[in-house]
Amino acid sequence: MSSKSPRRIIPIKPEPASSLSAADQSAVLEACRRLKELPGALLPILHAVQEALGFVPKDSIPVIAKQLNLSVADVHGVVSFYHYFRQERPGRHVVHLCRAEACQALGAHALEAHAKEYLKIDFHGTTADGAISLEPVYCLGNCALGPSLMIDEDLKGRVTPQRFDALMNQVRVRS
Amino acid sequence: MKIFVSCDAAALSVGANETAAAISAEAARRGVIIELERNGSRGLLWLEPLVEVEVAGTRFAYGPVQPENVGGLFEAGFTEGRQHPLSQGVTAEIPYLKRQQRLTFARVGITDPRKLSDYLEHDGYRGLKGALNLTPAEIVARVTASGLRGRGGAAFPAGIKWKTVLGTEAAQKYVVCNADEGDSGTFSDRMLMEGDPFVLIEGMTIAGLATGASRGYIYLRWEYPQAKVALEAAISAAYQANYLGENILGGGKRFDLEVRMGAGAYICGEETSLLESLEGKRGQVRFKPPLPAIEGLFGKPTVINNVITFASVPIILDRGAEFYQNFGMGRSRGTLPMQLAGNIKHGGLVEIAFGMTLRELLYEYGGGSLSGRPLRAVQVGGPLGAYLPESQFDTPLDYEAFTAIKGMLGHGGIVAFDDSVDMAAQARYAMEFCAIESCGKCTPCRIGSTRGVEVIDRLIAGENPTKQETILRDLCETLTYGSLCALGGLTPYPVLSALNHFAEDFVKPMRANTPVPS
Repeated sequence: MSSKSPRRIIPIKPEPASSLSAADQSAVLEACRRLKELPGALLPILHAVQEALGFVPKDSIPVIAKQLNLSVADVHGVVSFYHYFRQERPGRHVVHLCRAEACQALGAHALEAHAKEYLKIDFHGTTADGAISLEPVYCLGNCALGPSLMIDEDLKGRVTPQRFDALMNQVRVRS
Repeated sequence: MKIFVSCDAAALSVGANETAAAISAEAARRGVIIELERNGSRGLLWLEPLVEVEVAGTRFAYGPVQPENVGGLFEAGFTEGRQHPLSQGVTAEIPYLKRQQRLTFARVGITDPRKLSDYLEHDGYRGLKGALNLTPAEIVARVTASGLRGRGGAAFPAGIKWKTVLGTEAAQKYVVCNADEGDSGTFSDRMLMEGDPFVLIEGMTIAGLATGASRGYIYLRWEYPQAKVALEAAISAAYQANYLGENILGGGKRFDLEVRMGAGAYICGEETSLLESLEGKRGQVRFKPPLPAIEGLFGKPTVINNVITFASVPIILDRGAEFYQNFGMGRSRGTLPMQLAGNIKHGGLVEIAFGMTLRELLYEYGGGSLSGRPLRAVQVGGPLGAYLPESQFDTPLDYEAFTAIKGMLGHGGIVAFDDSVDMAAQARYAMEFCAIESCGKCTPCRIGSTRGVEVIDRLIAGENPTKQETILRDLCETLTYGSLCALGGLTPYPVLSALNHFAEDFVKPMRANTPVPS
């Protein structure tokens, strides 16, 4: 940051109203406490919140805003700009299915249709048993071994519909 | 004896961990003592999981090895390098690898990316040691003389960028690595960060010395969790050995480095939008000027380059600008790690000097399509690159040659499609992608992309097609000349190349007979 004062501190009197559970509230505050002095702290904080809770709850936004002395609109604007941050609670596992060109060349469209039918959800949805959320992603960097998907942080290549079903069944057993 | 199984994410995606576990278990069962090493990937991705065995200093390759093949490999004596149906011979002699000119990727697939000692044994940090004896201006002069141009896609001369930062006075300057490799068909940044993270750290450190910047950030996309682990481990090892920190190798220079994660926004690969994101804001494109080299991160002078650009710097400082400059053609000097992707038999990483033709790359390296059907279209340079028909396959891989055919080499990604591709659908997808990823700052991109999808839909549906085509071409002109950055500005490349070279796919009656004959 510059030698000028980096932030002008305007004290805000009322605590933001929040319906976060006590545990979630403390996870959000802990992320802020640990990271807020970093230059450009907002993205690291949002990552930490999503890592701890699985998503960035709507009610965490005023809390984060107050901690960083930003407006709620600023924080909301950032959360909603980035595809990765989600504001709804995900299933126990998140499956990111690649929609980009290299995977299209190897049947990503068919795999996408199969995945939606097999899981009975559309993109951004969560299966009825709460096990799996399905998200689109634009390239996982596995373009020579497509079609690809990522289950939480595990990358999978050469995903045929049969392999998709097997992977989803493994995930359900795990959860 | 040493056995190597890659820990690259692509190898893991097809079961490298399971294969490694099976090898350990089988060795234990047979009472064979092995050292299992986890290297980066050789880039022969169709052979992953690739297993290498080192016998008397020579590595023999077997692949693709699934856990069920492991028993048979031991039975056949693969630990002595003996023949097996999965044998690929001596790794270094595999033609795909042997014919490459690996400068930036010299160590990838050979060393253990987690070991600094391995990096040092394979000529690592020689560039930095050389740089510590040079003045900043001398380092910049060498990078300029090498002819190195930005490998992220825009191909701007790296030396000129660095010189601007060096010449701008400021109490704090920054070095930022653009590791937001969002182009479909590209994975060279990922492979390098996972397979040889130290070379990126070394390149960024040299950039810091060259420009007087004491702090660096690697802006990494969230889709690359393996790369994050590899980079953070390497950064920590570099700090412990004084290759990073307040007194680099006792030379009195400071350089600190950290990894920051992106959050799934293609636009953050655009440098000014990346800087906004690093500052904790929406990743919206900035107006230029001022250039980031003058007012970049937090308003300070900033060197911002792609992973491969920084990773190419150590060898330039080590072997000299002339060594690097001697590779290539025209104004494209050195090597470019090309990435063969999509419907291609032998997908992987091919680092070669500029100048080879696209056809040689597609057939001599790539082996044609994976499906066995004829290749019909090839998209070069990511989602903003043109779709090239077979008649343009003889274009040499050179920045200017691609510009001349209204295409771009970009970050070196090549996505092949066979004759079952519907090019009207690809054109529509290009517009849709622009609409999804537009940062929203400028009107042509934000609104034009959505209108573009609608026009293409009407064109495909055959609603007054002549009129729709006129509107589409007019809209593309607005996008090209009216957009603030390359996202809106280049989306017309894939759209118009599809329309110009594959017009038959946009005609309604033809669309009933898929696949379309070439």
